[in-house]
Amino acid sequence: MRRYLRYTGQFAFFLLIAAFIGYFSNQPVYQQTPDGMAQIKLSFAHGAARKVDCRKLSSKEIARLPANERRPNTCARERIPVHIQLMLDGELLYDAQLQATGLSQDGPARTYRKLIVPAGPHTIVARLRDTKRGSGFDYEAERQVTLKPFQNLAIDFKADSGGFQFR
Amino acid sequence: MNMARLMLRRGFNVAEGVLGQVFPPAWNPMLNLGALGFFFYWIITVSGIYIYIFFDTGVLNAYASIEYMTHEQWYLAGIMRSFHRYASDALILVMMLHLLREFARDRYRGVRWFSWVTGVPIMVMVFVAGISGYWLVWDKLAQYIAIVSTEWLDMLPIFGEPIARNFLSPDALESRFFTLMIFMHIAIPLIALVILWVHLQRVAKPRINPPRGLAISVFAALIALSLVHPALSQAPADLAVVPGKVGLDWFYLPLFPALETLPGSLTWGMSACLLAIMIAMPWLPPLKRARPAAVDLANCNGCARCFHDCPYNAISMVARSDGTAFEREPAVNPDLCVSCGLCAGACPTSMPFRRLSELSPGIDLPDRTMAQLRDLTETAARNLTGTERIMVFGCDTGPDLAEVSSKSVGVVPLVCIGQLPPAFIDYVLSRNLADGVVLTGCRENSCNARCGIEWTNSRLAGERDPHLRARVPRDLLRTAWVGATGGRQLHHALQALVRELKDADVDVRPAPAVKCPPTACEAVDA
Repeated sequence: MRRYLRYTGQFAFFLLIAAFIGYFSNQPVYQQTPDGMAQIKLSFAHGAARKVDCRKLSSKEIARLPANERRPNTCARERIPVHIQLMLDGELLYDAQLQATGLSQDGPARTYRKLIVPAGPHTIVARLRDTKRGSGFDYEAERQVTLKPFQNLAIDFKADSGGFQFR
Repeated sequence: MNMARLMLRRGFNVAEGVLGQVFPPAWNPMLNLGALGFFFYWIITVSGIYIYIFFDTGVLNAYASIEYMTHEQWYLAGIMRSFHRYASDALILVMMLHLLREFARDRYRGVRWFSWVTGVPIMVMVFVAGISGYWLVWDKLAQYIAIVSTEWLDMLPIFGEPIARNFLSPDALESRFFTLMIFMHIAIPLIALVILWVHLQRVAKPRINPPRGLAISVFAALIALSLVHPALSQAPADLAVVPGKVGLDWFYLPLFPALETLPGSLTWGMSACLLAIMIAMPWLPPLKRARPAAVDLANCNGCARCFHDCPYNAISMVARSDGTAFEREPAVNPDLCVSCGLCAGACPTSMPFRRLSELSPGIDLPDRTMAQLRDLTETAARNLTGTERIMVFGCDTGPDLAEVSSKSVGVVPLVCIGQLPPAFIDYVLSRNLADGVVLTGCRENSCNARCGIEWTNSRLAGERDPHLRARVPRDLLRTAWVGATGGRQLHHALQALVRELKDADVDVRPAPAVKCPPTACEAVDA
């Protein structure tokens, strides 16, 4: 009798462990994005203008340089920050001055932002300034979109391709 | 920390006790956590090799190939997939329990630091390997994992361009990341296996295979689970849609929601701190360590029993240095010795009958010597009264001996029961110091010094030197491997022995060999 009780106990133990593993291998469900919401993902890597403009070297300056380093212009490495704004239905959703990356701040400024917004029709305006102009923006794009629940709208920026890209 | 350790130890003692009621000692899953970990590793390897045959490594067809395995070839590849998944989850379970149990039993400090520290990267690698495996399915869960992991990595200022941009939109997706993941998913477990080998380097005779019966039972449970609740993919990944609701594997991904929502500086800082604490734990706080075993060459004949019995490879046999005719002598490596005393229990010169010369074995624990053990035994015996006097030898990690101590029950504590040379049992009974002897300690298969109970059982059975002499009446000897929570079982064992002594028709107790007080006796060992 005692032996059968032990077998029953062993069976119950394995049943319990199997149920534990089976359940927690994919339950309970985790809700990453609330119902009725969508996501705008703004991400790009872009190099702004240099802080100090490139300057033409004089012939004397060029002559002083080692033969393998002679070039017509000299440029400071540091870049100015990129100013980015994202507006949703007239409201400012994201506004940032993105510093250039790199130890000498000569790399591209970059951002990666996830913004959770209600699904539905929206007007999205994206603006970017990458020059030393005091006001206004160098790039601006406006889109009318209807976001479905859980939709992911990616906004990228590629200066070579004309600016903002909505995907 | 001590409070946490004590509470955990109590929890493990209870769990081991409960499972000890259901399983034979060798099968107790709580006492086979490391071996079960290895077993799951091999299941994961074999099932992984099989499903890799059918797996399409391109990101566009990966999902379809797994769906084929799950639904078209469910009877083999599908089961293998479920096996792969559930054995991986079970590996996390036993690995974490193994870690907590070693912490609870204080078996990570002192000389045991090596196994603990080498276990930390193994743990990290098991998690990384599992997470990279989920990535390969390329379903909604994989998409979630890929994005959260890369976003978390991007919080470190080491990447030129955010790697999470690879998952910005469907057209950004490339197979190169996928190839990297496949490489990681295969390479990391192989590296972990090498470190596992290192992990066991300071453990003599490690148990890396569970008992066959337990292995078969676990295997059957996994098969049943795979059939009843097969592992399935979630909806295919679509970067145009956020995962929304996602079924997480909480064994591997419990921290992912936190990684996603908490600031990167906090999660990276906490991860780094946790890792640093894990690695530093063997030295925090410092362990009050007993002195390692010491060799006394004047009493050592180089028989190498201590060398063979040491569970931690702390003893090596080297050329004799004292000019005697013996070829070898033991050398104790203090960096490996845990001061368990198994070597002293194995020494043929640990002979309590010795009176003409000092009781100084060839190898002994300086803090708990054989001479002290004999003194304790004799003191306990002198205080015993009644007609059914019992002497209990028990280890520090076994049941509380004070609970059973009484006028008719004397107790002698040891570091480990394996420290007790069988000659002490003979000594107690033949010198009429008590009418019966009980040996107690940890649960079988759960010895805190790894081999104390196994060696003791073998010595009592005459299968391992030093043997319990044939003249010792076995009826007067009991063993109770009941663990720290087994006070009641020990009490029952004592009562049973007392009853048997009372009820014995023929007195099996040997006539006292010597009538004089123990301390005045001469050496009479035959």
